[in-house]
Amino acid sequence: MTDERPIGEDDLQAFVDGRLAPQRLDIVKAYLEANPAVSARVGQEVEQREALRARLAFKAREPVPSRLRVANLVGRRAPSGFRPNALAAAAAALVVGLGIGGVGGAWWAAGHGSRAVPEVSLAEDAIAAHRIYVGERLHPVEVAADQEAHLVQWLSRRLGKPLAAPNLSPQGYHLMGGRLLPAGSEPAALFMYEDQGGNRLTLYARSSATEERIAFRFETQGGVAAFSWIEKGLSYAVSARAERAQLLAIAEAIYQQAERAPAPRPGGL
Amino acid sequence: MDEIASLLEPQIPALRRYAWALLRDDEAADDLVQDTLERAIGRWSQRRRDGDLRAWLFAIQRNLFLDHIRRRRGRGIQVGQEALDQVPAAESSPEDQAGARDILTGLDALSEEQRSVLLLVGVEDLSYGQAAEVLGLPVGTVMSRLSRGREKLRQVMETGRSAVLRRVK
Repeated sequence: MTDERPIGEDDLQAFVDGRLAPQRLDIVKAYLEANPAVSARVGQEVEQREALRARLAFKAREPVPSRLRVANLVGRRAPSGFRPNALAAAAAALVVGLGIGGVGGAWWAAGHGSRAVPEVSLAEDAIAAHRIYVGERLHPVEVAADQEAHLVQWLSRRLGKPLAAPNLSPQGYHLMGGRLLPAGSEPAALFMYEDQGGNRLTLYARSSATEERIAFRFETQGGVAAFSWIEKGLSYAVSARAERAQLLAIAEAIYQQAERAPAPRPGGL
Repeated sequence: MDEIASLLEPQIPALRRYAWALLRDDEAADDLVQDTLERAIGRWSQRRRDGDLRAWLFAIQRNLFLDHIRRRRGRGIQVGQEALDQVPAAESSPEDQAGARDILTGLDALSEEQRSVLLLVGVEDLSYGQAAEVLGLPVGTVMSRLSRGREKLRQVMETGRSAVLRRVK
C-alpha cells in the first residue's frame, strides 16, 4: 500500500530526527529533492541538531560525581528546599533576566503562564503543615469551627478564591477550624478535621499557578499520606495518617463538594 | 536498592546533560540532578511499573527546574549589584558577533518549552511520545513546538548578528 498522505511538518521533523519509517522516508526524500528551498531549510536543521548534540556531548561523557551515586543518595535524603545550593542561585540568576530584559527573560516569560507549572511541592508543603499542626494540643487551629462562616470568608479573601470547608461528617470527621499559612510569599489555608477517635486530617488549599485541572496524585511521607489535585484555580491536598483507599474516599468527597459549589457557602457545613 | 541503582544510574549522564543545558552551571546542574534522583528514589514505589522510566525521570527533573524558578520568582527578586554582573555583556567584540555563534546562544532565544523539546528529542533521543509525557502535552503539540523551536533557532543563528546589534541600541 502506498502512503499518499501529503508531506507535513511532522514528516520533516521526523526526517531531521531520523525517525521516519523506511517507506515514508523515501516519499519525504523525493519531496525534498523536488523542493530545494525546503530541502535547504531541513538541511540546516539537521546541522543544528548535530551541532547541539556535539556541543553538549562533553557533559554526558564526564565521570559522574560520587554524590550522585544512588548508594550515596539512599539514606541521606534531605528536603531539597533546605539544602543551600547552587541551583537556587542559578535559578535566581535566570529570573533576574526577567526584570532586566535579555534572552533569559524572554524564554521565561514565554515558558510561564501559557501552561501548567506542575506543583511539585504542594503535597510536601501540605504534609509539613499537617505534621506541625495535627500534633498541637493547645492551639491546633487559629479560628475554631464555631466561627466557621468567618473562617471561610477570611481564608477565601486572603487566597483570593472562593473556598469552602467541606462537610466530612459522612466520613466521620467534623471540622475543628482552620488557619492561614505562608506558602512561599503567598497565603495558604489549612482546615483541620477530627473523628470520634481523635484522628485528625487536614485539608490544605492555596491559589494555583494554573487554571488547568490536575487529577489526584498520591504520595506518602513518613506515614502521612496525601492526595493532591488542582481544580478551579485552587490547589488542594488532603493529608492524614490513613490508608490510601480510606483517604481516597475522603479526597473524592472533598473534590465533589468543591465541584458542586461554584460560590463560597458561608456557614455551609 | 540494587534494583534502583541498576535502573537509575545508567540515566545519570543524560540527566546531567539536560540539567546543564537548562542551567549552564556545573554545580547547579548537579544539584538539580541530585534533587531529581532523591525524588525518584523517594517515589520509587509509586512509579508506574509499566511506565517509561526515562520519561518519568526527565519529567521529574524538568518539573523541579520549573519549580525552583517559580519559587524564586514567588519570593520576589532583590536585584543587587551582583545581579547586574549576570547580565550578558552587551559590549562583546564585533568579531564575536560576526563570527561563528555558539549554538547554545541560539538555544537561549527559545522559550523554555521549545528548548526542552529540542533537547529531549534532539539530544536525549526521547521518542515523540516520551517527550510528550515529559512535557504533559499531546504528541501533535510536541511536533509543532519542535517545528517552531527549530525554525526559531535557525532564524536566530542566521540573523543573530543583527538581533544583537538591535538589542544594544
